[in-house]
Amino acid sequence: MIDILYFAWVRERIGLPRERVETQAATVSDLVAELSAREERYALAFADLASLRVALDQELASFDAPLAGVREVAFFPPMTGG
Amino acid sequence: MRLSVQSDAFSLGAESEAFAAAVPGAGAVVTFTGLVRDNGGALAAMEIEHYPGMTERAIGAMMDQARARWALVDALVIHRHGRLKAGEAIMMVATAAPHRADAFAAAEFLMDYLKSRAPFWKKEIGADGAEWVAAKDEDEAALTRW
Repeated sequence: MIDILYFAWVRERIGLPRERVETQAATVSDLVAELSAREERYALAFADLASLRVALDQELASFDAPLAGVREVAFFPPMTGG
Repeated sequence: MRLSVQSDAFSLGAESEAFAAAVPGAGAVVTFTGLVRDNGGALAAMEIEHYPGMTERAIGAMMDQARARWALVDALVIHRHGRLKAGEAIMMVATAAPHRADAFAAAEFLMDYLKSRAPFWKKEIGADGAEWVAAKDEDEAALTRW
């Protein structure tokens, strides 16, 4: 089981802030493909990966990063702090 | 070093004074404050979302890097989240160092990293609706100078 968190417009498009999923996905990209295949709203949120960032256990990562041992995955747009 | 991620407003004056009063050996204190722009009167409010846990972790790591890189006596970061009105202070950075060059550089470094590596997202709420603020290419480019 893995916790998936969504922030900002990703959260709005998918319609929920977090969910727990059962997945065999090996990498972030595999997980994205799995989620996108589920429902239209996921496919829309993940349509352009260049406009998304991902964090694995609260550290920024790349979409080809492996998911082995990861407990929390977060998807969000580029950050706008400060 | 102190980091506070909070929804409450803070007093720039009180925070700056308290910070500057407890920096033994410092000869320079630099503070930066970010305000909610009113966009010529078009902005009603700004909503700031963040990623609790990662926010503290990411900013803590930036502060550790700043301390490793410059001769800092102390550093402070306050960043708000939630709903803010135009003109309100969003965040502040303060740095103290023996000499001003280190205090200025560390403050700029922290600001550049906070802009695009701290997990905050701003949404502008105006009369015609709400819109997420897009990240700027120049903010990303600013990181290359460090």
